[in-house]
Amino acid sequence: MSGFGRLRAARESVGLWFAPERVRSEGTTPDYRFSLANERTFLAWIRTALALIGGGFAVDQFLTDHLTQWVRAALALALLAGGVLCCLRAVNHWVRSERAIRLGRSLPASRFPALLAVLVAVLGLAMVVVVVFGWAG
Amino acid sequence: MSGTEPGGPRPAVETDRDPGLQPERTRLAWRRTTLSWAVAGVLAVRQALRADDSAVGGIAVGLAAFGFLGILVLAHRRLTGLDPARPEALPNRWAVAAAACTLLLALCGAALVWWGSTG
Repeated sequence: MSGFGRLRAARESVGLWFAPERVRSEGTTPDYRFSLANERTFLAWIRTALALIGGGFAVDQFLTDHLTQWVRAALALALLAGGVLCCLRAVNHWVRSERAIRLGRSLPASRFPALLAVLVAVLGLAMVVVVVFGWAG
Repeated sequence: MSGTEPGGPRPAVETDRDPGLQPERTRLAWRRTTLSWAVAGVLAVRQALRADDSAVGGIAVGLAAFGFLGILVLAHRRLTGLDPARPEALPNRWAVAAAACTLLLALCGAALVWWGSTG
């Protein structure tokens, strides 16, 4: 997809966030249990975002003996940015899933969970290295 | 096969009370979310207390408190909205609002970390 096409697709999906009547006008109202399950998944993503945000604060506040101020700030900002991404994606995925359920389509596939998992694993490993070498040094 | 053999999947039964307790589980998910918000909020306040610039800290705490209030009001309204046997789906606006409150906390945090490290 071209950059322009991507931009238009993004604008399209953000438009959907604020247009409940457009989502409601399509397909049939599903069993309420599906909607509630979708809502819980949304909330779980919001909590994931909160965990990343909390982790950002924790890195800046509790790793003072291990990292210089700039590295701490960079890591904290990266985690906070991850939280922001998770938040946006939570809403986007929720709307798209709701739409897919209404239309009887398969749920939207996404690379996001895998990317997030890799990112968190890398950050975790980096933290382990930092803390271990911080003690050794 | 009607699926009535033991061990097989039971056909869905329409009852007043959802046997899967879906509304209850959704209510608990909202509670967990407000609790997670509270934990992240406490860390944000701690971050603000460490800030050199008390004006930035004050504004950030104010905004974070506003976000927490927003999540609490949303969660409370949703909890009561889940009372009927067949609750309505979550309105779009509420989902966007819940995400916006969390976004606000992240942005406050970014401001605090930024000014904490440059100021």
